Amino acid sequence: MAVEVRIPTILRTYTGGEKVVSAQGSSLQEVVSDLDASYPGIAERLMDESGLRRFVNVYLNDEDVRFLDGLSTAVADGDSVTILPAVAGG
Amino acid sequence: MRFDSLLDSVGHTPLVGLPALSPSPDVRLWAKLEDRNPTGSVKDRAALAMITKAEKDGLLHPGSTLLEPTSGNTGIALAMVAKQRGYKLVCVMPENTSPERAQLLRMWGAEIIYSPAAGGSNEAVRVAKEISRQHPEWVMLYQYGNEANALAHYETTGPELLADLPTITHFVAGLGTTGTLMGAGRYLREAKPDVQIVAAEPRYGELVYGLRNLDEGFVPELYDESVLTGRYSVGPRDAVRRTRELLDKEGIFAGISTGAILHAAISIAAKAEKEGQAADIAFIVCDGGWKYLSTGAYEGTLEEAEAALEGQLWA
Ligand SMILES: Cc1ncc(COP(=O)(O)O)c(C=O)c1O
Repeated sequence: MAVEVRIPTILRTYTGGEKVVSAQGSSLQEVVSDLDASYPGIAERLMDESGLRRFVNVYLNDEDVRFLDGLSTAVADGDSVTILPAVAGG
Repeated sequence: MRFDSLLDSVGHTPLVGLPALSPSPDVRLWAKLEDRNPTGSVKDRAALAMITKAEKDGLLHPGSTLLEPTSGNTGIALAMVAKQRGYKLVCVMPENTSPERAQLLRMWGAEIIYSPAAGGSNEAVRVAKEISRQHPEWVMLYQYGNEANALAHYETTGPELLADLPTITHFVAGLGTTGTLMGAGRYLREAKPDVQIVAAEPRYGELVYGLRNLDEGFVPELYDESVLTGRYSVGPRDAVRRTRELLDKEGIFAGISTGAILHAAISIAAKAEKEGQAADIAFIVCDGGWKYLSTGAYEGTLEEAEAALEGQLWA
């Protein structure tokens, strides 16, 4: 299952500057593991022992995965995953 | 309707049905017109509540100076209330905001200190905190962590919604300080445990997410994830498309963040319709489109509007 992953500026040091990369997996957890295999170290920036880091937001097709099944959220072929740092809005 | 003063008229906004955008008589969309507040945005509620609370707490005296990080609406609302009550206001605002916001702030007597475009409101918060340390005599109400902000919506927006729409199944609003969603969301949840509380947050251009490191990220102190049932990130293209649709189909001239909120509301409506569920979906019209005319969102193709909004704080 291939999904496209949008990488925020701050993590592009891992992807050689690439904004959008492709990753495999049937759950978000698997997608992150696959990302880490291609871009070692990136998973640790996204997660700690308790799950997604506080200032990291991950969206599956524009929906915040914390309100889906978190890292267990199922992903399907062609889905789009967006990673963004949490910043002040308003 | 008669009020003793302008400040007494804050809130009590109309809730209007959207017959053309609602999918069916069983799945209905309702717009709460917060642009009908004195300074034209939902922020009048929070501004009035935060200043009134600070007065009660003895933090403000005639001639006191308020300091606040704002992308515009809170500042404009605070400026109006401050002027009525005899305080000065200094706003820290990101420089990538529309010029109309700065003009309005100055009209109501506020002073503006610009924060760098890169980093958006995050930088405005950081700069305001720094200035606050240099001017301990200034009062920073700090909308992102001030309980009176959420309480204003718990005490006014929420009850108004429930009174006008007892059958409400979904409430959709923008996510900035999170005050609207936390306050109105908690009130509605207490009255209707099954109500869905959904956030629509603007997804800006890259410039705004340009932190130096992830630890500089920011989650408002007011934010309590457990109040929400869903959260959508909406980009400028969808926001502009829906802002225009709201005008075309229902005649409502709203700001761009309302388009983002409507985008989430419409997808919820479509899902309910598909699943054969009845739904009464209320959403917030945060402000009118006036302050955003210069952004280019209302003219040309969607591509042109999207390009024009790149790098701007459009919500
Ligand atoms: C135009 C506009 N839309 C949406 C919001 C978000 O509202 P809240 O701060 O209550 O989350 C704000 C304020 O931050 C705003 O000014």
